[in-house]
Amino acid sequence: MCLAVPGKVLSVEEGDSVLRSGNVDFCGVRKTVNLSFLPDVAPGDFVLVHVGFAISKLDEEEAARTYQYLAQIGALDEEGLAP
Amino acid sequence: MKYVDEYRDPHIAQAVAERIARKVTRHWVLMEVCGGQTHTLMRYGIDELLPGQIEMVHGPGCPVCVTPLEMVDRAIRIASLPGVIFTSYGDMLRVPGSESDLFQARAKGADVRIVYSPMDALKMARANPDRRVVFFGVGFETTAPANAMAVWQAKREGLTNFSMIASHVLVPPAMKLILQSPSNRVNGFIGPGHVCAVMGFEEYDELAREFRVPIVIGGFEPLDLLEAIGMLVAQLEEGRAEVENQYSRSVNYEGNIAAQDLMREVFEVSDRKWRGIGSIAASGYRLRDEYAAFDAERVFDLKELSAEEPKECISALVLQGLKKPVDCPAFGSRCTPMTPLGAPMVSAEGACAAYYQYRRHA
Amino acid sequence: MPNTTEIPVAFTCPTPLVVHDRIVLGHGSGGLLSAELLRDIFLPLFSNPVLDRMDDQAIFEVGGARIAFTTDSFVVKPLFFPGGDIGSLAVHGTVNDLAMGGARPLFLSAAFILEEGFPTDELKRIARSMAQAAQASGVAIITGDTKVVEKGKGDGLFINTTGIGIVPEGVRVSANQARPGDRVILSGPIGDHGIAIMASREGLEFDTEIQSDSAPLHELVAAMLHASQEIRCLRDPTRGGLSSTLNEIATQSEVSIQIEEPKIPVRDEVKSACELLGLDPLYVANEGKLVAIVAPEAAQCVLSAMRNNPRGRESNIIGTVGERRAGLVTMKTAFGSTRIVDMLAGDQLPRIC
Repeated sequence: MCLAVPGKVLSVEEGDSVLRSGNVDFCGVRKTVNLSFLPDVAPGDFVLVHVGFAISKLDEEEAARTYQYLAQIGALDEEGLAP
Repeated sequence: MKYVDEYRDPHIAQAVAERIARKVTRHWVLMEVCGGQTHTLMRYGIDELLPGQIEMVHGPGCPVCVTPLEMVDRAIRIASLPGVIFTSYGDMLRVPGSESDLFQARAKGADVRIVYSPMDALKMARANPDRRVVFFGVGFETTAPANAMAVWQAKREGLTNFSMIASHVLVPPAMKLILQSPSNRVNGFIGPGHVCAVMGFEEYDELAREFRVPIVIGGFEPLDLLEAIGMLVAQLEEGRAEVENQYSRSVNYEGNIAAQDLMREVFEVSDRKWRGIGSIAASGYRLRDEYAAFDAERVFDLKELSAEEPKECISALVLQGLKKPVDCPAFGSRCTPMTPLGAPMVSAEGACAAYYQYRRHA
Repeated sequence: MPNTTEIPVAFTCPTPLVVHDRIVLGHGSGGLLSAELLRDIFLPLFSNPVLDRMDDQAIFEVGGARIAFTTDSFVVKPLFFPGGDIGSLAVHGTVNDLAMGGARPLFLSAAFILEEGFPTDELKRIARSMAQAAQASGVAIITGDTKVVEKGKGDGLFINTTGIGIVPEGVRVSANQARPGDRVILSGPIGDHGIAIMASREGLEFDTEIQSDSAPLHELVAAMLHASQEIRCLRDPTRGGLSSTLNEIATQSEVSIQIEEPKIPVRDEVKSACELLGLDPLYVANEGKLVAIVAPEAAQCVLSAMRNNPRGRESNIIGTVGERRAGLVTMKTAFGSTRIVDMLAGDQLPRIC
């Protein structure tokens, strides 16, 4: 449930003091996204977007860690070294 | 797409599945809570990759499926009133009410429009001051912050022509219901990743403790689900019953505080009726009294409509993981996406629709 | 106390909840509902051997020549979109329907239903676009009609184009000709048109460089027919997407079709947009692509001919025709699992779930 897609923040508009919005890029598709729930987000950050709102900032270190762990399983399996 | 494609690597998927096969020693029944997770499992055929001892059953994490019959009826009633612009997420348009659905209401002249975001509904209210704009606010906790923001902003602007049908449901009470059932077979849960991105996962500690079940908060890509399943199997094989977070790139323990603050400002917890299941205490949100002017159910003062499910639909049992869609005698024959008897067949995330779309071998 | 789970399940036979006594939008989307309209209303009443073949165009003989004849109406909103407009779409769409019968398109008619109050500037723009498209496609618009309806009764503008062409000697393509063993060839990336339209629609706005792929395909078809006479079917996957087209062919030829997901080209931007909206590219409309069912021994040379043509540079063999079950279309995913590619009931809707 809850279709949410990660995108890269390109710019943040500091207009309204409460409602922050920004331009987020999803691999070439750009959308205006409401950033009010992530007050610290800045251009270059990745965010998870659901129904036009950024609901969470992607932790890129965690992402790298998770992926590296998985990739390792794949590599070990290839070499026949999996436990 | 970054942070998406790498979690769809088929080679790594195979390797993770083999690892699980080496670890598993007996039959385990696992439930993925979210409809989106069910969708991924079916679409990528993950259950085909898993060893036979792992049985996946599908949970009630489809807010469209569990929106009560009478809510849909009320929505149709409101949409059909003159001067109303009725806005909704696409998911709800084909869900059957007692006699009709929103699509058919549109065919009869109702102004029903699909929106991607509740803020689009707000835009319509500003652009059409002489019309009443109503938004069908369904969803789990993931969608609640956005829906709350629309109402909060409407109040801030002093809009007098915007209201929302608040039909929110919460995951932990539904999981508790499943766990409390005497016929429960589920040994471990893949928790709702995007719900937890908003809410954090503190609430699941209590469930894990009280019912001694492992819960792994999982993402939505094939590798996320496989990793979560692997973590559940490890816990079960080792006799542990903890909450773990597989989806750590998007979920942390506290969740999104700003979102939670706004939800608390606009909503309060209430009892909710779940389609096919019945009323579950403290399982949903309703708008607080301060926002009554934006609560469509109060604004339009509809008589208490109640409605009954067609007897043949076993969605209640499917939603609780007690039966699979293929167990239903109506599945694929009397109940198809064209002629749905229950919501799980219509909703893109419904277990029945997923099975029908990807897997029926009729 | 929460409900127990002991829900009595009594298997009575209920009436289906969805009874179509009125037309719903899904009836126009090219999926199951549209097929229902044809099957339940039009085909029984209009039945004749030409119509009953249900190809994209009707082919009949007059004085020894085989004439292809087709009609299509265009109701797209918005009227102007990246890569085209309702006018160029109206020309390309009908030219392509003729081309899918192997015909050389010759002439079009153009009928306009205008809503009172429609800006004449826009009409000029659209007409200019049609003239350009017709010229580039080598067809002449030789007759037409204009009607105006009262404000509120017409949604701006609707266009109908009807086309006529000649089918060369020896060319016999039809949706019922596919045979087990045949190869399925797709002429390029899918989903461009549908996404370009959605990008400009109110409520689903997003910025993208995706353009509609609206284009005439008759020259590509001519090149293919020149390369081989073993082309069994040609179809352009418009409304309902690649999935609807493959399902129609499978049903009409009474064969099964299996395609392979990694072989189907989809642009990255289209993939992203589909992810955002929760859409499956298999069901998104195209206006400048075709699907060809080709005898196995001819597949490679038809593919080369396609790749040598500007409209077919990214062509790929995406699957095979089988004899498993008539009408069944399946897809082998990148994961090696097999899923059914079903015909959608109505339109694919953006979702949150």
